[in-house]
Amino acid sequence: MTLPELKDLYQEVILDHTKRPRNFRRLEDAQLKAQGMNPLCGDKVEVFIKMNGDVIEEVTFQGAGCSISTASASLMTQILKGKTIAEAKELFEKFHDLVTGKAKDAEFHKKLGKLLVFSGVCEYPVRVKCATLPWHTLKAALEGLDKPVSTE
Amino acid sequence: MMSVPNASMDHLPTPVLDVEKIRADFPILHTVVRGKPLIYLDNGATTQKPKQVIEAVRRYYERENANIHRGVHYLSQVATESYESVREKIRAFINAREAREIVFVRGTTEAINLVARSYGASHLTQGDEVVISAMEHHSNIVPWQMICEEKGARLKIIPINDAGELVMESLPALLSPRVKLLAITHISNALGTINPVQEIVALAHERGIPVLVDGAQAIAHTAVDVQALGCDFYAFSGHKVFGPTGIGVLYGRAELLESMPPYQGGGDMIASVTFEKTLYNEIPYKFEAGTPHIAGVVGLGAALDYVQSIGLGNIAVYEKQLLEYATNRLEAFDDVHILGRARSKAALISFNIEGVHPHDVGTILDQYGVAVRTGHHCAQPVMDRYGVPATVRASFALYNTFHEIDVLVEALAKVREVFR
Repeated sequence: MTLPELKDLYQEVILDHTKRPRNFRRLEDAQLKAQGMNPLCGDKVEVFIKMNGDVIEEVTFQGAGCSISTASASLMTQILKGKTIAEAKELFEKFHDLVTGKAKDAEFHKKLGKLLVFSGVCEYPVRVKCATLPWHTLKAALEGLDKPVSTE
Repeated sequence: MMSVPNASMDHLPTPVLDVEKIRADFPILHTVVRGKPLIYLDNGATTQKPKQVIEAVRRYYERENANIHRGVHYLSQVATESYESVREKIRAFINAREAREIVFVRGTTEAINLVARSYGASHLTQGDEVVISAMEHHSNIVPWQMICEEKGARLKIIPINDAGELVMESLPALLSPRVKLLAITHISNALGTINPVQEIVALAHERGIPVLVDGAQAIAHTAVDVQALGCDFYAFSGHKVFGPTGIGVLYGRAELLESMPPYQGGGDMIASVTFEKTLYNEIPYKFEAGTPHIAGVVGLGAALDYVQSIGLGNIAVYEKQLLEYATNRLEAFDDVHILGRARSKAALISFNIEGVHPHDVGTILDQYGVAVRTGHHCAQPVMDRYGVPATVRASFALYNTFHEIDVLVEALAKVREVFR
């Protein structure tokens, strides 16, 4: 039997995306890309974005990281398809509030959709950086930063 | 459910130490984590403190606190005496010739920086070389990189083999006439390898090359005799030998320390100061600018007394039992891969579980009260050597038990269950 608290963090969806990350490939015709790393644990992620005007047409990623960062990147690439840059940034803010335990009301949760599987992360403060690394990297790519972002 | 391989409470080895008595000395070991007893297997990062050390620090602040080497008043003399008596205690502990060869610093990192900044800066010139190894902690890489860059010198690396041992055959060729210093770890923090320091020193000294030994991982686990090792510098941290953080030791051969320029300027390191010229104090004071961590020194003294009351010989034998037991139990998992298979190895195991990131392993073990280190262990070149981003590291000390290793193994079985 596994401890119940662990199930909150390692939900089935997260484990599934860990084992079979979606959109896990380079995007050769990406207009935007950025690298992110967490120097404390050695996690590395690279995010590729293909834009159509202001709309995100496709997002992919590559890299090596823990279950939480891999699943976060994987779900991020799915949820962002068809979103505008402004929507993507707003989603990141909401996601950040979720994993840092700042917002718990139902109205707020509705906006996050599938990303809610990361609600358990707020109980594990040292893992917040794992969950947010792909998003920080995405933000850097959208802002056209060519310097790798770091969680530190 | 995944089975736990070979759970063997009834086949536990007989410990050579009275571990229950030792554990009673460490208040923090009675901590309850998430409803479970703490199992502290992160001794490579820092060790816990026995009540003898905690008491000594408390006693110092309650009864002896004053600045040293300054006042004529009673307390200053008491504090100075306590401080200097620990210097002598350390001399005896590592068998240095003289107490003035013991310099108090903040820790191993500062000790290495001191040698790099003082000895390195005054001896290295364009085209010179410093030799280190592929298994060094960042603190025995970066200070040398910095000084080499400044002086136009080069860093040369002794390679390691798949088992995590130094490739000793490569050493003679690396020790060229341009080498001004060799810096090597006594025990690898990431792999557990115990290096043949005596042999390395002999090879270096044949060529007139001084040797610095990073003893951070060794000091609590093996008897250190700097004269037998023959090294010119030996660095260690108090907090890795059951003492306080913020205090450490640089041992340096007297003639070398005397020839070296000061590392930092300030009070205590001077003989006389005018605006025209400052005369520096004698060693070791020349290297101890500013008010030192006196309480830390007192605590370190108590820690070394504690270790000596148990005996490093006994500690080494017991930790070898722990290492063998833990290695056998981990090897029973076919998807657990141990990094570092040196024939001569300290009680520390770096490993990975196939398909599970070390961070996830660490989070799950923590749910069972088991504290391990996960990450690159400040030894990224070692991780690169093995092509892994990180490992899980269980590092043992004299208060760990065979039962705790059993709990670690049971928790690892849960990790596999979650990620099945």
